[in-house]
Amino acid sequence: MKDETQKQTQKNFAFNDENEKKFRETLNMYPTNMAALLPTLWLAMDQNGYLTDEILEYVAGRLELSPVHVYAVAEFYTMFLRNPPGRYHLQLCRNLSCTLCGSEEILAHLADRFDILPGETTEDGIFSLELVECLGSCGTAPVMRVNDRYCENLTLAKVDKIIEGC
Amino acid sequence: MSKKILSENFDNPDAYKLAVYEKLGGYRSLEKLFKTDPASVIEDVKNSGLRGRGGAGFSAGMKWGFVPKDTDKPKYLCVNADEGEPGTFKDRKIMVQDPHKLIEGIIICSYAVGIGTAYIYVRGEYVTPINRLQGAIDEAYASGYLGKNIRGSGFDLDVFIHRGAGAYICGEETGLIESIEGKKGQPRPKPPFPAVIGLFNCPTVVNNVETLSNLPFIINEGWEAYASLGTEKSKGTMLFSISGMVERPGVYEQEFGVNLWEFIENATGGVKGGRKLKGVVPGGSSSPILTAEEARNTILDYESIAAAGSMLGSGAIMVFSEDNCIVKALQVISRFYAHESCGQCPPCREGTYWIARVAERMEEGEGNPGDPDLILDVCPHLMGMTVCVLADALAMPAKSYVEKFRDEFDQHIKEKRCPYASSAASSVMG
Repeated sequence: MKDETQKQTQKNFAFNDENEKKFRETLNMYPTNMAALLPTLWLAMDQNGYLTDEILEYVAGRLELSPVHVYAVAEFYTMFLRNPPGRYHLQLCRNLSCTLCGSEEILAHLADRFDILPGETTEDGIFSLELVECLGSCGTAPVMRVNDRYCENLTLAKVDKIIEGC
Repeated sequence: MSKKILSENFDNPDAYKLAVYEKLGGYRSLEKLFKTDPASVIEDVKNSGLRGRGGAGFSAGMKWGFVPKDTDKPKYLCVNADEGEPGTFKDRKIMVQDPHKLIEGIIICSYAVGIGTAYIYVRGEYVTPINRLQGAIDEAYASGYLGKNIRGSGFDLDVFIHRGAGAYICGEETGLIESIEGKKGQPRPKPPFPAVIGLFNCPTVVNNVETLSNLPFIINEGWEAYASLGTEKSKGTMLFSISGMVERPGVYEQEFGVNLWEFIENATGGVKGGRKLKGVVPGGSSSPILTAEEARNTILDYESIAAAGSMLGSGAIMVFSEDNCIVKALQVISRFYAHESCGQCPPCREGTYWIARVAERMEEGEGNPGDPDLILDVCPHLMGMTVCVLADALAMPAKSYVEKFRDEFDQHIKEKRCPYASSAASSVMG
């Protein structure tokens, strides 16, 4: 849950001391190793920003799970990123309430400003844009997440201010 | 003004802190609880008429009653805080504003059913609610409300947060269980129901955040006090997430039994900018739309909304004005269900994509004259054919959109364009 999403994947990935401690605590929460998979993938996301094949194999090894199971789970959940996001990962809601309240105009503005399409990252690696489904913040639509932060009641002017504050 | 059970502390910005919550009367139900026989607690909750607030509206007490009493296996509580149904944002409000009320409810349910471990499954995007809730759990452990021998009662309970990772289907109770077990969130066939074979193959209760948050009131005030609220079969109050084209969107608590549109109008100030009301989605994107006339003539309770051809679901009310396009709405929700289909049942995997493609071409002005009928033809093939109800959750609203707003669909096809389009973004939205 950090802003620094662009850390280099180290060769021979391993949890740092803090995450190693959290990993051991996580194992105590469940009667099976497999149940610790989602929290362990989250720890890896926190440490590296996205999940490489090497990390998935590391996680499989730590939990004594088959790598294919870990791959399948990592691919199933949209928040487990398999490619590096921008330093600021903009996740704009495209669901019903946000559409009713004008999220398409926000999208057009973002795409135009950065000259990227949803799913792409700016050349300098600073911003990436993703369209996401309902974020559970429909009372303050349109909404986007910037990394883990909710930005609500968006207008074009507010979007510009958020980007300039990044 | 409606009675406030769930939102009573929403205006107090410090209610999330244990000391403040205790001053407001929090956790006082436990003293009474631990003196009551667990079986009587289940009876009280049955008698209160409390129904599940996640969407299905099933009796909470009956659900607990299905858990076998004579079992050697551990029992589990899974708290459904996945809140993925589009339009719903009330559980987030409880977790951020009043997390101890949820924890108090978790203790009550766990004591009644004999549960020793509870997992709160919170959707992955909810980082702020997770942090708030974790803070509250830590405080509760430190003050002896959780852990071993809670407040000297001899009752033990551990509570853990399990963070989801962006999959709507994990809000389905067996998908949620699979996800906690560390698998893809693909729902299981039922029966067996989770009450008998659930998490880690053990007896499991799955309850929504809001459902559990009603329990302190029921214990403190008695089931009669709860059952005296609402209508004959829809007891109590409910949190409604109101969004879309209204002046003041937000979460509003309301006792059942009032007129639907009058409630929306009084709570939110009515349609934004004084525009004309087109329709109301009463229970999340899975619920069929009500026309303006239907919304004005329906009572707000489970039975009346069902009689009007829709469902109360998670209480997510979305308001459409005359400026909103129904074909666009179908494009948006069908794309959503296609995206969230877990893929294990062909009628859902293929059917949702199929509807999404037809809806998209109509919205983009490339629809064929037979397309609206094609949608109506395909909907029955999605309903009741699959392990869970995700496919139904698209087929039901899709059918209602086409049947109730047929003119709009035909107009798109005839004019080969969306008459509502602001021209912005349609190429990027894809």
